[in-house]
Amino acid sequence: MATEILMPALSPTMEEGTLAKWLVKEGDTVSSGDILAEIETDKATMEFEAVDEGIVGKILVPDGTEGVSVNTPIAVMIEEGESADHIQVSAAPAAAAAEAPAAAPAPVATAPAAPKASVSVEPDYPDGTEMVPTTVREALRDAMAEEMRRDDTVFLMGEEVAEYQGAYKISQGLLDEFGAKRVIDTPITEHGFTGIAVGASWGGLRPIVEFMTWNFAMQGIDQIINSAAKTLYMSGGQMGSPIVFRGPNGAAARVGAQHSQDYAAWYASVPGLYVVQPYSAADAKGLLKQAIRDPNPVVFLENEMIYGKSFDVPKMDDFTIPFGKARIWREGEDVTIVSWGIGMSYSLQAADELAKEGISAEVIDLRTLRPLDIATVIRSVQKTNRCVTVEEGWPVASMSDHIGSEIMREAFDYLDAPVLACTGKDVPMPYAANLEKLALTSTKEVIDAVKAVTYR
Amino acid sequence: MAAKRATRKSNVSKEELLKFYREMLLIRRFEEKAGQLYGMGLIGGFCHLYIGQEAVVVGLEANTEEGDKRVTTYRDHGHMLACGMDPKGVMAELTGRSDGYSRGKGGSMHMFSKDANFYGGHGIVGANVPLGAGLALSDKYKGNDRVTFTYFGDGAANQGQVYEAYNMAEIWELPVIFVIENNGYAMGTSVKRATKSPSLWQRGAAYGIEGEEVDGMDVLAVKEAGARAIEFCRSGKGPYILEVKTYRYRGHSMSDPAKYRTREEVQKMREERDAIEQVRKRLLEGDATEDQLKAIDKEIKEIVNEAAEYAKESPEPDLSELWTDIYVDADASQNA
Ligand SMILES: Cc1ncc(C[n+]2csc(CCOP(=O)(O)OP(=O)(O)O)c2C)c(N)n1
Ligand SMILES: [Mg+2]
Repeated sequence: MATEILMPALSPTMEEGTLAKWLVKEGDTVSSGDILAEIETDKATMEFEAVDEGIVGKILVPDGTEGVSVNTPIAVMIEEGESADHIQVSAAPAAAAAEAPAAAPAPVATAPAAPKASVSVEPDYPDGTEMVPTTVREALRDAMAEEMRRDDTVFLMGEEVAEYQGAYKISQGLLDEFGAKRVIDTPITEHGFTGIAVGASWGGLRPIVEFMTWNFAMQGIDQIINSAAKTLYMSGGQMGSPIVFRGPNGAAARVGAQHSQDYAAWYASVPGLYVVQPYSAADAKGLLKQAIRDPNPVVFLENEMIYGKSFDVPKMDDFTIPFGKARIWREGEDVTIVSWGIGMSYSLQAADELAKEGISAEVIDLRTLRPLDIATVIRSVQKTNRCVTVEEGWPVASMSDHIGSEIMREAFDYLDAPVLACTGKDVPMPYAANLEKLALTSTKEVIDAVKAVTYR
Repeated sequence: MAAKRATRKSNVSKEELLKFYREMLLIRRFEEKAGQLYGMGLIGGFCHLYIGQEAVVVGLEANTEEGDKRVTTYRDHGHMLACGMDPKGVMAELTGRSDGYSRGKGGSMHMFSKDANFYGGHGIVGANVPLGAGLALSDKYKGNDRVTFTYFGDGAANQGQVYEAYNMAEIWELPVIFVIENNGYAMGTSVKRATKSPSLWQRGAAYGIEGEEVDGMDVLAVKEAGARAIEFCRSGKGPYILEVKTYRYRGHSMSDPAKYRTREEVQKMREERDAIEQVRKRLLEGDATEDQLKAIDKEIKEIVNEAAEYAKESPEPDLSELWTDIYVDADASQNA
């Protein structure tokens, strides 16, 4: 009986991949465990194994085909004595994708990128700067590489950052360029290596600590807060901790409660820390470079779901973005949407949809949560008189609560409606696909909240 | 301190060998099926397969008694099957459906069964080690002679909380068996790159804990070492460490490019040391027939296929489930 082999899903976030190379040809007999093909995802090139034994009857998707969706038939296996002649090469979806590889991951944020910066906020780079499409993943790597070239006290440490090239491939190529002295693989010992890194920062180095995800930083959070954040104060200003703690934060895709927490509000509550949570690749780059140069401990919260997204990044020799400066992505009159990090993707999509219905939303990306550019938010609310905040974290004691209370204090008389918050639900993250979707905030929730505050 | 012991495998019955064969095969076929369902997008998130390590849990579960407890890591499917949990319920949890052990809310890494005394499935490396010692404390406190197995990896063995747990387990003589499943790698980091200590079990000596190293590809050796460990703990002598040398054939999780070891290394293990193959050979050298084993293979295949069908057909959890199980209802629990 002929059975189809389907393009496999090889990671939690994979939707399509490149069929890099077939390692078998038609007519080959394979047994369970044999490598059939190499498949490239945005994270890695992986070998794809046969599950059952059989004969490769027909290869439906040729070598080098890009953009093959998960579950597309890529080959047909037959049994001994069976013929493959009748099998049609009809894998239309894959073939179509092959012809149009440009249809690759939609650069979600590019649509509203046109309205550059508003009058109220200075641009991050001079007008007319050449822009290069770059993924967030590349931008983070470039930022580290540039700073490591510039300052030889900067080094990177963490689990799987060197030989494995990063669990999420952020440190790809760094070991080759900088060697094992400056790109250091640690054992799985977050409490220990966080402490070692803080100690090294006191000794005059500038460590970048990669947490495989921020969930695991809870093993070392004592060192981040009690040692890194408080020592300058306790030493009467003698001893600061120039250190960056970075890694993916928040939900990925169905990795469950212990791997899906957003720590923005936790760390933003700690005096002595700076907290950065970028959305675009340009911000990721400019802010990470700033973080590495800053003499204070910086918590840098990334997001796995946007590592592969492409954005325009200015081509400049030295591009940094100061902390505490929000970015206005889109100017509007009727409502202010305040977000940061992945919340921006919901916010920008919602603003697009709302525009079609004649509601003009101003969308502000805070970019850094501590220091917080509340002035930009207040100015905007004074204009729009309404505000919706969007974040992935839990609602209780959230950043949204804090922003809402600042607005109430600073712009109470300007408000025409209560400030509403779209947040993650007040539950641990469920695994089931339908529940996870419900637990996260969404574009629709943002649209509904905007309609509520604009009384539409 | 117990030394490495030679194993006697002479007096094992055919029935027992057949039981081991069936149990290990169930895990392997179950895991292969899980891998397929992952590839089809029916299982999401992280999914860590146990293929290659089957002899560890099967051998250790061979001597357990009612009331003994176990707690492990995210690489937990085999442990659940070996302690008698229903493959259907495990698979349905992997697909995130309402008939899963955690009703779809936990997933591959976070699954529990109080009935089976299976205390999870934990996603944070190292965290389950003190948890196991705590379960053992509860038994000691109650004055029974039950023991707890707490399983963890070679990578986890470097986490600090493991040693804090060792120390307390020994000073309080807790009936906990620390099982280090040393499969040679923590994700892409080989044991040799993560530690310079020549053996992991010997670290227990620093805390006064006895232990031994075991060949984890030999289910009979595992069973015998397990018997010694259980005897030691049950008789009130405190904790015991088993460092079980094993090997995982598949990637760390589904998305592992596996550039840190050669295909030859994996192939060699599979061909020369495979735990299931060893038992199979032994059975055939005795008076088992190919047909007998084929019948078992077929039976297992059916169980696994049924589990997969069940897991596909079980409905997604009701949306109201998002809001349940966050707190225990105090009134309800008082009446229970
Ligand atoms: C505290 C913590 N740090 C990092 C991780 C990411 N992680 C998951 S499994 C793993 C490797 C663990 O290896 P090992 O303990 O040898 O167990 P194995 O996977 O081999 O069974 C890592 C680094 C995690 N889940 N928790
Ligand atoms: Mg391991």
